Amino acid sequence: MLYALKIAGRYLTASKAQTALLIVGVAVGVFIFIFMSALIGGLAEFILSRTVGDISHITIEAEIDDPAVLISPNDLDGGHVLFVTERGRDRTATLSDAATWLPLIEAVPGVRAVSPQITGAGFLTRGAQVSQVSVTGLEPGKESAILDLEGYMVAGTVRLGSGLIVLGNRLTDDLALSLGQTLRLQSSNGVTATLTLSGIFDTGNGGMDGARAFVSLSTARTLFAMPQGVTQIEIKLDDLNAADTTALRISGLTGLDAVPWTDGAEQLMEALNAQAQTGYFLKTFALITIVIGVASALLLSTYRRRPEIGIMRAMGASRGFVVFVFVTQGAMIGLMGGVTGAALGYLALLPFPSRDAFQAGTLPLDITQGSYGLAIALTLIGAILASILPARSAARVDPVTAIGQ
Amino acid sequence: MTISQSALLEVSDLVKTFGTGDVATRVLRGLSLSLAKGEMAALLGPSGSGKSTLLTILGTLMKPTSGSYNMLDQDLIAADDNQLTVFRNLHIGFVFQFHNLLPDFTALENVIFPTAVRMGRETSAARDRGRDLLVRMGLEERINFPSTKLSGGQKQRVAVARALMNGPELVLADEPTGNLDRASASQVMELIGQINREEGTTFLISTHDEKIAGLCRRQLVVGDGIVTG
Ligand SMILES: Nc1ncnc2c1ncn2[C@@H]1O[C@H](COP(=O)(O)OP(=O)(O)OP(=O)(O)O)[C@@H](O)[C@H]1O
Ligand SMILES: [Mg+2]
Repeated sequence: MLYALKIAGRYLTASKAQTALLIVGVAVGVFIFIFMSALIGGLAEFILSRTVGDISHITIEAEIDDPAVLISPNDLDGGHVLFVTERGRDRTATLSDAATWLPLIEAVPGVRAVSPQITGAGFLTRGAQVSQVSVTGLEPGKESAILDLEGYMVAGTVRLGSGLIVLGNRLTDDLALSLGQTLRLQSSNGVTATLTLSGIFDTGNGGMDGARAFVSLSTARTLFAMPQGVTQIEIKLDDLNAADTTALRISGLTGLDAVPWTDGAEQLMEALNAQAQTGYFLKTFALITIVIGVASALLLSTYRRRPEIGIMRAMGASRGFVVFVFVTQGAMIGLMGGVTGAALGYLALLPFPSRDAFQAGTLPLDITQGSYGLAIALTLIGAILASILPARSAARVDPVTAIGQ
Repeated sequence: MTISQSALLEVSDLVKTFGTGDVATRVLRGLSLSLAKGEMAALLGPSGSGKSTLLTILGTLMKPTSGSYNMLDQDLIAADDNQLTVFRNLHIGFVFQFHNLLPDFTALENVIFPTAVRMGRETSAARDRGRDLLVRMGLEERINFPSTKLSGGQKQRVAVARALMNGPELVLADEPTGNLDRASASQVMELIGQINREEGTTFLISTHDEKIAGLCRRQLVVGDGIVTG
């Protein structure tokens, strides 16, 4: 079929301006497809990174122990059930055997990081100044497992250790603290520790920068009088869209109540979904335009070339050969338009900042989400489908009437 | 029949009706004809008598309404479209009055089309034969000319070369000189006569021109839907 290819190529080069225009038309469609992909993908990335990028994807919190059921409902038909709850002095519920669960959770596919934490409230004192903080005890070495503390550091180091504390820049500004200074932290349990300021972060989030204190897990144990266990386990996934299924899996595996970030984020999910739908819609239209453009151009060409098709048939070209000539033209146009459009799309997206540097106020176009291969493949398939109708009409040309014209 | 021993083709009782009902036109009404190998025959008859219709049926480009057609011991009425495509390619060459050459191809590319379409590519053997044929047609200067830049007479000579490309037994020419001046027409006919004598290719040539017809050894006349002569 090399020969059919040659004829198809000759037909395309015979009317260069027309072919060029057709390829440009296809390329524009592909360009729109790629631009939309990069925009919708980039927007989703941007919104997610702003909303859930720094939070735990799945959280396991200690539950207050179920109150003991004194009389099982089964024993007493329709009778009352009596619950007795003994309230502790403080809220502290613990995941006491967290240590045994951690390796299990870490082994679940798709889990990127697991961070056991002890959280609580406390007061920070520096001289006469006092500030209320919420304290999080993190395992040394896993400081940036969930929130990218490392990336937000503006001074000192993120590395937590015994006797060290890391604070936000608002808090250090308020208390006029600088690196290396010592301060006192009193927990809600009444335990006081003297700590050295070893790092300052700036997340841009006021609440976080003004009222969060990070200490090591062991420091938190002392502060909150919790010799073993943790208050929560935070889990980061490779794919935050897998949170629901992975949470179910972890719950099934451990019996713990693993809560995905999507719980309570339905509106966000709906918005992202609607946005993706709009993207599909626009991309579908771009493809339909390509298909219609290619089909009409080729149909016109088959009409113009009827006498030639008649001659070829008389000279021994089979119907299949004629079909192949026209489908090949469609494929060539699709391929050239697809590649041109993809290249143009890529070049047009180059000047935009990468996904890590998205800024509010500019279009968050993600060059890595241009779906270039998909755009070229779909265009190729679309152009081939578009050429089937013209090709069939070409194959049905009656040599007698075509030559007689 | 005496010629049936060396008969190339035989049609009998050919009927061709165009349209149905009130507008039905019976063009061929039981036409029978036999052509021997190596014949060179002219097909005469008034305009609208059915010359082109007969050539089209003989060329397997159209089926008759009824009748039989055998060529080279094959029943061409029973054959399907694909079989006829192959048969045409190997055994029948065409020269038409208009729309003869593929406009986006050179003279040589046009000539080797029948071979290339069968092989799936343009072989160098095909190119050699195509060049030889063009030289024979006196077109050595025009071998790689775009076909649209050739004169009318040159185009028809390229068409004759193409019709001969696969060495067919039969060449059907429908008013091949109808568009040409006298000098070009004679030149084309001379070349056809030469091929006929040298290669034994059978020619059937429709024409309105008595002089052209006079160059053929046999004259067939279509009239009232049958052929005489
Ligand atoms: N496709 C068709 N549909 C209807 N009628 C047709 C068709 N083709 C040919 N005819 C009719 O058949 C008759 C014979 O036509 P044909 O073309 O065979 O004549 P011809 O002998 O070649 O004439 P000319 O010398 O003018 O070329 C004419 O009356 C023509 O109108
Ligand atoms: Mg005619």
